[in-house]
Amino acid sequence: MKNTPVRIGYLLALAALLAAPALIYPVLIMKVLCFALFACAYNLLLGYTGLLSFGHAAFFGAAAFVAGHAIKVWALPPLLGLAAGTLAAAALGWAVGALAIRRQGIYFAMITLALAQLLYFICLRAPFTGGENGLQGVPRGTLFGLDLADDHTLYYPFVAVFVCAFWLIRRTIHSPFGQTLRAIRENEARALSLGYDVDRYKLLAFVLSAGLAGLAGALKTLLFGFATLTDVHWHTSGEVVLMTLLGGMGTVFGPVAGASVIVLLQTELADKAGSLVTVVMGLIFIFCVLAFRRGIVGEAVALYRRMTGVKTR
Amino acid sequence: MNELFGIPLAALLGQLVLGLVNGSFYALLSLGLAIIFGMLHIINFAHGALYMMGAMLAWMALHYFGLGYWQALVLVPPLVGAFAVAVERTLLRRIYRLDPLYGLLLTFGLALVTGGAFRHAFGAGGQPYAIPPQLAGAIDLGFMFLPKYRAWVIAVSLAVCLASWYVIEKTRLGAYLRAATENPKLTQAFGINVPIMVMLTFGCGAALAALAGVLAAPTTQVSPLMSSNMIITVFAVVVIGGMGSILGAVLTGLGLGLIEGLTKVVYAEASSTVVFVVMAIVLALRPAGLFGKEK
Repeated sequence: MKNTPVRIGYLLALAALLAAPALIYPVLIMKVLCFALFACAYNLLLGYTGLLSFGHAAFFGAAAFVAGHAIKVWALPPLLGLAAGTLAAAALGWAVGALAIRRQGIYFAMITLALAQLLYFICLRAPFTGGENGLQGVPRGTLFGLDLADDHTLYYPFVAVFVCAFWLIRRTIHSPFGQTLRAIRENEARALSLGYDVDRYKLLAFVLSAGLAGLAGALKTLLFGFATLTDVHWHTSGEVVLMTLLGGMGTVFGPVAGASVIVLLQTELADKAGSLVTVVMGLIFIFCVLAFRRGIVGEAVALYRRMTGVKTR
Repeated sequence: MNELFGIPLAALLGQLVLGLVNGSFYALLSLGLAIIFGMLHIINFAHGALYMMGAMLAWMALHYFGLGYWQALVLVPPLVGAFAVAVERTLLRRIYRLDPLYGLLLTFGLALVTGGAFRHAFGAGGQPYAIPPQLAGAIDLGFMFLPKYRAWVIAVSLAVCLASWYVIEKTRLGAYLRAATENPKLTQAFGINVPIMVMLTFGCGAALAALAGVLAAPTTQVSPLMSSNMIITVFAVVVIGGMGSILGAVLTGLGLGLIEGLTKVVYAEASSTVVFVVMAIVLALRPAGLFGKEK
């Protein structure tokens, strides 16, 4: 990161994040961060590897249940609970990814969707998920002697976990590994002919993305104290696609922007519109595909380049 | 012989017939998906929503206009087909040049809009739809009772699937269609109006889904939620069968319906997941699908 304005931008964003609870309800910010992390993890796959997974709710939801179970029933401390959820999601991602990368493009999307549905039915039947009621009453526990039940106390460790995960994703994108993923996105046959083991790279990206999506799910359980079947439902998979698409796929900050807009919109509409929320989400989807494919951040970057006269890629 | 492996034969056969009924719906829906994918290179996520529209429109026709089952069977599929044509003209047409994945995303949005709109208007509760009097009751086959309506659903679906196969493989129109699927530019150069064919293909695929919906209305509770899981099962069917051949899609649909019915008898807990398990096994053993031609 030699670029000074970019570095200042990151520091300002971090400062704003640390100061935010003074002005905004911290639970809402943490909810946004959860889904922002989920979308960033997803973007690693859709935006940087060019793989459209339609089953990421499986990893988000499975980790939410595993973390909840670990904290509530096994009485693990919260950080270990998060780790358990993340590892479970990564293992699941390995199994799903290994099957799904056997087909390309549109089939890949359908396979991930179907395997996620398989997991949904398993969660519906399994005893430890609580079925239709979900897993309720997960305690937040304590960290270094601090009681996390207080929203303001939970906020700073929460932000720390988010920043670490976000840094990891950013680091991955700018690493040689990330460059290879982009090469696969642009031209898979060419990457293969250059000697890259494309399937191994894809699987690794899938596992990484699933694990981080799992971390987001586990954080969600910690924040709200429950995990429900909604977390594994395909609607949630659709939501994360929408967040990434709206924010701008293949951009570092796009998913954060997309997740913020969608979560705030849902919170805003929940009491006013009820069942029309789905319709609004669908309309945003259609609008994004037809006229807004670069997303918020993508369009902003393009506009900035036009104004400063730098040639758009 | 009244039992097979300790399972009453009548119960087994009853579940198998029910499995075939479900299989007929899978067959009709995956057939439509396959035809649409061939021409438009779009996987229609809204296919389940069109199926739901078929059933809901049949119920609305009865509830608001007093039109019975037979009128609905004739009127609803063209109506939904016309709706699909309008969608193709206004929305899908704009994204043909893009990656096929955008087609999936756009139709996903459409599925959310239609599903949400129907749920907003009619609520999530199920509405009963009576079996038409001509098809009520059952036939005694000696070894089991076959409900007439189930037999009718299977017969109609098979007839429609065979007719579609005949039109596509054996007629001049079908030859144009196959040519346009193979190479649209060259086909257009021969003076065939490909955009019109694309539009009609989407309309016909949608009409097939609506037909399945009307057929399904008396077998289940008609509700805006009836399609929410259907489309994913049909996707699994399509992955298992591969979209290369029409008969393949039909056979896979019926076969998976049978397997599902069988699972209900042997191990009921797994009946909702068995299709996905079969898909995972097929992917592991034969990644291109049973009838697929992987490039």
